[in-house]
Amino acid sequence: MHWWIRGYATRGSEWRRALGRLWRSRLALVGLAIVVALVVVAVFAPWIAPYSPTKINLRERLKPPSVAHPFGTDDAGRDILSRVIYGSRVTLRICVLVVGLTLGIGTLLGLISGYFGGWVDEVLMRVSDVFLAFPALILAMAIAAALGPSLENAIVAMVAIWWPRYARVTRGQVLSIREIDFVAAARAAGASSTRIMLRHILPNCISPVVVQATLDLGEVVLTAATLSFIGFGAQPPTPEWGAMVSVGRNFLRDYWWYTTFPGLAILITVMGFNLLGDAVRDILDPRLRRGP
Amino acid sequence: MLAFFIARRLLLLVPTLLGVLLITFLISHIVPGDAAQLIAGPRATPEIIQRIRQEYGLDKPLHIQFAIYLGQVLRGDLGKSIRTRRPVGADIRAFFPATFELTTTAMLLAVLLGIPLGVISAVYRDRLPDHLSRVFSVIGVSMPIFWLGLLLLFLFYIRLGILPGPGRISGDPPAHITGLYLFDSLLTGNWRALGDAALHLVLPSFTLAFAVLARITRMTRSSMLEALAQDYVRTARAKGLHERWVVVRHGLRNALIPTLTVIGLSYGELLGGAVATELIFAWPGMTHYVVGSMTSLDFPAVMGVTLVIAIIYITVNLLVDITYALVDPRIRY
Repeated sequence: MHWWIRGYATRGSEWRRALGRLWRSRLALVGLAIVVALVVVAVFAPWIAPYSPTKINLRERLKPPSVAHPFGTDDAGRDILSRVIYGSRVTLRICVLVVGLTLGIGTLLGLISGYFGGWVDEVLMRVSDVFLAFPALILAMAIAAALGPSLENAIVAMVAIWWPRYARVTRGQVLSIREIDFVAAARAAGASSTRIMLRHILPNCISPVVVQATLDLGEVVLTAATLSFIGFGAQPPTPEWGAMVSVGRNFLRDYWWYTTFPGLAILITVMGFNLLGDAVRDILDPRLRRGP
Repeated sequence: MLAFFIARRLLLLVPTLLGVLLITFLISHIVPGDAAQLIAGPRATPEIIQRIRQEYGLDKPLHIQFAIYLGQVLRGDLGKSIRTRRPVGADIRAFFPATFELTTTAMLLAVLLGIPLGVISAVYRDRLPDHLSRVFSVIGVSMPIFWLGLLLLFLFYIRLGILPGPGRISGDPPAHITGLYLFDSLLTGNWRALGDAALHLVLPSFTLAFAVLARITRMTRSSMLEALAQDYVRTARAKGLHERWVVVRHGLRNALIPTLTVIGLSYGELLGGAVATELIFAWPGMTHYVVGSMTSLDFPAVMGVTLVIAIIYITVNLLVDITYALVDPRIRY
């Protein structure tokens, strides 16, 4: 019996044990706290941020951190703290869109590939090989640049480079589940392929995919920020952390706070996702249990 | 047997490479707007644009264009850059050594520091060195490379002034032999250039190495822990072998196999990370060149560089697979 199927059958107790493990791991709790804080900040940004993230105030240009502006101000006199706070919304939106879309597309293609096998499988896997043959960032840059630099196109580019991972993980799972008795039973009972795939196979192969998705969240944030930093993602004056560091770079010599705080926000967010991702992997996939 | 394995792997590369070519081709043809107009510049007359369209084959159907492109690439012709007006191949040859020098130094740094760190971490499991190295690796894999580069530049160049700033060298580069400054200055006995180029490499290569270093440390630690828990390690200890000998011969040797995979996979990350690093440190490398080409929609250059980078990445992964098969006799595909 495979561990994930067993886990599915006795879901209640497994979940309770999993939560217990999460609670005992201090690093995982730190990760969880960071992610919860990110979501809270993003949701309540208008109430938390002391100033508007985009309102220009040239009299307050490039002011160092102070009580009025804890993170200082940028070259247009905007409050950097408020921009970092609003930036969490942009980051969260990217995460949800990229991971949601890749999860959907990748899982569907992996399901089809693994279930039908044959030439469908061969074609889909060769296509995913090709996408994996490029260093991810380079391919994302090329696609984003060709479509025209914007946040939306950067998201499209990231979905394009990310789906093969989910397709592969799902396919691997499907292959090992396809031959198990309950699938044969469903088939004998006359269930359609679609029904077997969605009702019997998908629920049993979803947890490694969820693990992969949680582990990827941090990388999605990093890639999005890098694309914006290079100029192929969010465009200024959007309060996006990577784009803020990119503009701040021109003021590095005398105004250190400009790049420091948005960059710190990226580091802490990615760290939160990574710590949480490790914990989720340990909980859902005991075979891969390896400490950070 | 090994030769058969390598031949099979090489054969499997053919469809992948064709796919890579198709993707680079398609990407450069989703460029919004009229490519011929772009090449001709804003003041071109309709006749000139028409002539350019013919010259670049842009008036032909897409599949014919792809066939022409394929033929050119197979002959080693990557086309002419719109921005620099030079053959893309020549541009790549000019910018490649800087990237190669940077990524290789970074990889060496990551391997030479990461493996010992991982071993120390595993040997001192759950004690202070282990905690420190684990915190370091969590930060390392979460660090935005571009931000780390800016921090280091600010601290060591702007504030402390103990390391040189952007660029590969101050003053004249060494006589051109390979284009690798360290190598060229060694060959020509140009000690000033050697020292200067080495100092210029410190910040960018460390910036680039950081994430990979963290990943290697992490992987070495966990595979060391696994190896040290094996029965043969207990046997070796029971035999009374020296602990250091046990760690290195019985632990590390077996732990290196998973680490090797991480190194191979990380090479792609290094090439990606080189983009931000070269940008920040004004490093005249291939990725610096390609960002410029992408910004100005210079599609022959984008296609050429993307293709070359993909080939490098594929080759490195192939080498890792072969090494894998060499060091672990159980692996045969």
